[in-house]
Amino acid sequence: MIGPYAYFVWTVSFTAQLYVVLLSIVRGEFLRYASINLYMLAVATASAAQFITFVSFGFASSEYIYVYYYSDCLLTVLLFFAILGLYERVFKQMEVSKHIRATAALLLAGTALFSYLVINKNQSYLGSRFVVELAQNLYFVGVLLTLLLWGAVTKLRETRARLVHLILSLGIYFTANAAIYALRNLFPSVELTKALIPLVGTFLPLAWAYTFTFVPEEARLAPARVAAVHR
Amino acid sequence: MIAVLILLVSLLAFVQFFLSYCRALVATYRKWELSEEVRKLTGIHDAEVQAEALPRLRQLVQLCPESDDKLELRSVNTYFGLLNLFRLTLGRFLPPLHAWLEKERQGCAYFMAVALDRRIAHNRELVAQQLANRL
Repeated sequence: MIGPYAYFVWTVSFTAQLYVVLLSIVRGEFLRYASINLYMLAVATASAAQFITFVSFGFASSEYIYVYYYSDCLLTVLLFFAILGLYERVFKQMEVSKHIRATAALLLAGTALFSYLVINKNQSYLGSRFVVELAQNLYFVGVLLTLLLWGAVTKLRETRARLVHLILSLGIYFTANAAIYALRNLFPSVELTKALIPLVGTFLPLAWAYTFTFVPEEARLAPARVAAVHR
Repeated sequence: MIAVLILLVSLLAFVQFFLSYCRALVATYRKWELSEEVRKLTGIHDAEVQAEALPRLRQLVQLCPESDDKLELRSVNTYFGLLNLFRLTLGRFLPPLHAWLEKERQGCAYFMAVALDRRIAHNRELVAQQLANRL
C-alpha cells in the first residue's frame, strides 16, 4: 500500500524532472545543458520504473529494493557526467575540453574498477547493506567533484548566476545524500534515514526547475557575494 | 571509521554549500526592481528593505497562491534564522561581522519582497487566464 507521503514525494519529484526537460526543449536550451537534461530524463525514466515496481511488487519486495538502489547507483554515475558538463562550461574559455573528457573517461573507469573491487570483496553479503555502502561512496565521490568545481568557480571568479546556482544545488544534493547514506551505514536500524532519502531526491529537480525558470542565462553576480566564507 | 569520516566531511560541505546557495539566491535578486504596486503595498520607498520587514513580507507572500518558489523561500527563511542567531551571539562581540550580518538580513528581506512581487504577477496572470477562458 502506498502512503500519501510516498505519493506526494514521487509526484513532486517526477513533475519537476519532466518540467526541467520540457522547459529546456521549449526554450531551445536542451543541447546547451545536454548533460543535465539527459540526467533529468534518465531520472524521470528511473522514477517511473521504480513506481511501477513499487505498485506491482510492494515496498518490501526484493524487486523494488534492487530496482531502487541499483538505478540510484547508475544515476549517480550519470550525474558525474552532468558535473563534468558543468566543468566543461566553467573551463570553456581555457580550452581544456580534451583534458576534461580524458578525466571523464578515467573517472568512469575508476568508478567501475572501484565498484568491481567492492563487489568482488563482498560477494558474501551482496544485500542492501552493500548497496548502502556503495551509494555512500559514490555520493562522496560526487561531493569531492563538486567541491573541486566550486573551488574552481570561486578561484576563477565565475559570475554566471545560473551556473553558480546549478553547481551549488548539486553540492547540497550530494552532501545531503552522502551524509544520509553514511548515517544509514552507521545506524542501520534508524528508520528516519530511509524516509529522508526520497525527500532529498526531490531537492535537485526542484532547485534546477527554479534555476531554469527564474535565473536568466545572462544574469551575473559577484563571486565574492556568494562564497560562504566572509572575506 | 570511513563512514564517520564521510559523514563529517559531508556535513561540513553541506553547510558550506547551503550557505553559499542561500547567498547566491539573495545576491541574484538584489538587482531586481520592485514594482510600484509592491512598494505601495509594503511601504518600501528606497532600494534597501529593512530586515525587520521580513516576517510581514513572509506573511504577505503566504497569502498569495503558491508558486514553484516554495523550496527557495524555505531556504532563505532558514538562512535568515541562522543570520539572526549569529547576530545575537557572535555579532554582539564583533562589530564588522554585525554590519555584514545586517546587510545579509536586508538582502533576505529584499528577496522576500521580490518573491511577493512575483507571486502577485503570477496571480494576476492566472486571473487574466480565467477571465479569458470565460469569455
